Amino acid sequence: MHPTDGSTLLELTGFSKSFAGFVALDKVDFTLRRGEIHALLGENGAGKSTLIKAMTGVVARDAGTMRLEGAEIAPRSAGEATRLGIATVYQEVNLAPNLSVAKNLFLGRQPTRFGFVREGEMRRRADALLAEFGLSIDVAAPLETYSVAIQHIVAIARAVDQSARMLILDEPTASLDAHEVEVLFTVMRQLKARGIGIVFVTHFLDQVYAICDRITVLRNGRLAGTAPIAELPRIDLVRMMLGRELSAATAQRPPRTALAEAAPVAVFEDFGKTGYVAPFDLTLRAGHVVGLAGLLGSGRTETVRLVFGAERADCGSAEVDGRRVAISSPREAMRLGFGYCPEERKTEGVVADLTVRENIVLALQAKRGPMKPLPRREQDEMTAKFIRLLDIRPPDPERPVGLLSGGNQQKVLLARWLATAPRLLILDEPTRGIDVGAHAEIIGLIRDLCAEGMALLVVSSELEEIVTYADEVVVLRDRAHVARLTGDEVDVPAILAAIAADASAPAAAAPM
Amino acid sequence: MALRLPRIGTSQVAALILVLLANWMVSPQFFDFHIRDGRVFGSVIDVLNRGAPVALLSIGMVLVIAMRGIDLSVGAVMAICGAIAASLADSHTLPVVLAAALGAGLLCGLWNGLLVAVLGIQPIVATLILMVAGRGIAQLITEGRIVTFSSPDLAFLGGSGSVLGLPTPVVLTFGMLALTLLIVRGTALGLMIEATGGNPRASALAGIGTKLITVAVYMWSGLCAALAGIVAAADILGADANNAGLWLELDAILAVVIGGTSLFGGRFSVVLAVVGALIIQAMNTGILLSGFPPETNLVVKAVVVLAVLLAQSPRVAGHFAGLGVLLNRSRS
Repeated sequence: MHPTDGSTLLELTGFSKSFAGFVALDKVDFTLRRGEIHALLGENGAGKSTLIKAMTGVVARDAGTMRLEGAEIAPRSAGEATRLGIATVYQEVNLAPNLSVAKNLFLGRQPTRFGFVREGEMRRRADALLAEFGLSIDVAAPLETYSVAIQHIVAIARAVDQSARMLILDEPTASLDAHEVEVLFTVMRQLKARGIGIVFVTHFLDQVYAICDRITVLRNGRLAGTAPIAELPRIDLVRMMLGRELSAATAQRPPRTALAEAAPVAVFEDFGKTGYVAPFDLTLRAGHVVGLAGLLGSGRTETVRLVFGAERADCGSAEVDGRRVAISSPREAMRLGFGYCPEERKTEGVVADLTVRENIVLALQAKRGPMKPLPRREQDEMTAKFIRLLDIRPPDPERPVGLLSGGNQQKVLLARWLATAPRLLILDEPTRGIDVGAHAEIIGLIRDLCAEGMALLVVSSELEEIVTYADEVVVLRDRAHVARLTGDEVDVPAILAAIAADASAPAAAAPM
Repeated sequence: MALRLPRIGTSQVAALILVLLANWMVSPQFFDFHIRDGRVFGSVIDVLNRGAPVALLSIGMVLVIAMRGIDLSVGAVMAICGAIAASLADSHTLPVVLAAALGAGLLCGLWNGLLVAVLGIQPIVATLILMVAGRGIAQLITEGRIVTFSSPDLAFLGGSGSVLGLPTPVVLTFGMLALTLLIVRGTALGLMIEATGGNPRASALAGIGTKLITVAVYMWSGLCAALAGIVAAADILGADANNAGLWLELDAILAVVIGGTSLFGGRFSVVLAVVGALIIQAMNTGILLSGFPPETNLVVKAVVVLAVLLAQSPRVAGHFAGLGVLLNRSRS
């Protein structure tokens, strides 16, 4: 059998995995052929990392079978997977940066004589190994003295040398420049020619089209589709990644009101930060929802962090109620009447150890200052009100928030900001990782808040969802605002077109 | 992540009672009290009096640890402030002496707080600087000698003085405990400290002034250390820059940990940290009373600490579900 005959190397069928009731993977099938570079794509929380962890034995799958070259396998640890020939190279290279390149390549399997490491022999072998990848470097120098790209190649060389039959590259290009990406691609093509199957995780679509043979897209833990690269144009790929079926009730949207009618709450002009997000103009009005759409890493979260002062803008101006303001910190933004529910609920949102009540009063308390504590009775009333209003379950104000489900944690976070009665509420992926019921409730809540006259700025990867509540959608690509759709222009095909448009080609929607 | 409410503290109180009972068994007069010259004497009072410096340190330390920090400098700050108090005692009035010593403690805390909050240095390294340098500073103040004084005003703050029949250090400790409780639980500071320690990024995004609170907490720890240093100096009518407060930072950290506050920050209990300090002192006293060689102290201490920590561990409690019913109640 020729190594590159395209026969099946790895076959996964019916992979499922849930965490505490949340379904992370739902009956996912995946095949990898010999000598194939297979892109694994999906937004945050789509299940990419869980799938990789399940196939390398880092997490135990709940259901599903796994065949490597026809033989059923069930690795229970990353080490076992490596021995079976499944090697993984993560974005953060898992090597010892202070050891030499040669030692990193042969750590744990150094050539020895009478128990002593044969340094010379190890260096010779390291030289030979790296030469196969077109790399000629001093293998005695510490790994950390080389660029991230070379560190990646060293990690790949180590993996391949341990008789890897397939290689999983988890976002290897995230921190590489264009030239380094090319070097890495050359190595990937060599491995492909040797018949090694490569799973390539990335969120750069250009790179997918530059090197991959087939694409598998995951969405909300399910298989959204698998197709050869030639049969999946960019726009279909984006649709596959971002699409979502909404229930009929959620999908109906009230008619949009004309933008000019409402007074602007906040106006940002030429607002931006070098190397973070390109300068943009943004106007947020009372009773209106502005949606931010784009792929992972396109600059959506960066935009809202600038608006909330979590990062400081280095150019442009901001006006609130017609007065020029400097938004230098979240505290400042909060004083201006802004609220922000971040995307990273666990690390930036809730305080897991604290109770539902304590989490809800936190922002209001911070606004009042430490010396004016909210009386306990007011805290209890407020908590009871939000538990009822948002249907937080279980309805126990003294339960640590860490014990609640993702959807209920999200509601607690919303309650925290609603308690401060904000004029502008920023929601970053408010419906991510939460169950269907809570999903519809949160969309309903966004509409209610908007109807009450609050200004909202919402980041969402769910395009079908965003078009149901947004009066205006800003599309981002490569950390810049590239298109703005308002009123009846707001629909899924138009957003998809703007996201998928090549940077060189004019955007389908009105350019900004 | 273990989600627990250490405020109830069944296991700490149980441990304190067990240690006191053990003391009573080795020394039947342990619970005897007698009153002489309007002042209460007895081994229990002795435990409180001797335990005062570590208890004072633990009051400041528990807040620092709740913020995910640690303050290794408190022993050295004790030495600095004790040296200042002893040097000034015979030439200045008590208010001046106290203001100088407490002010120095606040300044030391400010230094630590700025290193941690503004420069972003890891707390263990930031406070290590003052831990090492502080003892040198104290020696500069005392010019390398043991400074003695005879001022009865300052001496009154040591174990020989008494307020309401109790040794002054005991009254000062309870006063500091009450003041700290008033400040952290009477205002929203306690909630903000617990939120910041539990999740610093989320707390900053919720608008909490985490840097300011960090600085304030290290300053409070410095103040507590200064008070402990004054008490230690008043006790011996002098300041020994080399030995005052030596290794007490470790006892204070231990007291906080025994008190159920996690080194990962978050939930804290000031009262249980003081209970932790008393457990440590009760063991020290018990071993002295028992006639065992004091060398065994460290080993016994280690065993008791291990037992208390195991009793707090959710994993261990799971293995001894039946035995741990009492303990489990403290974790809801």
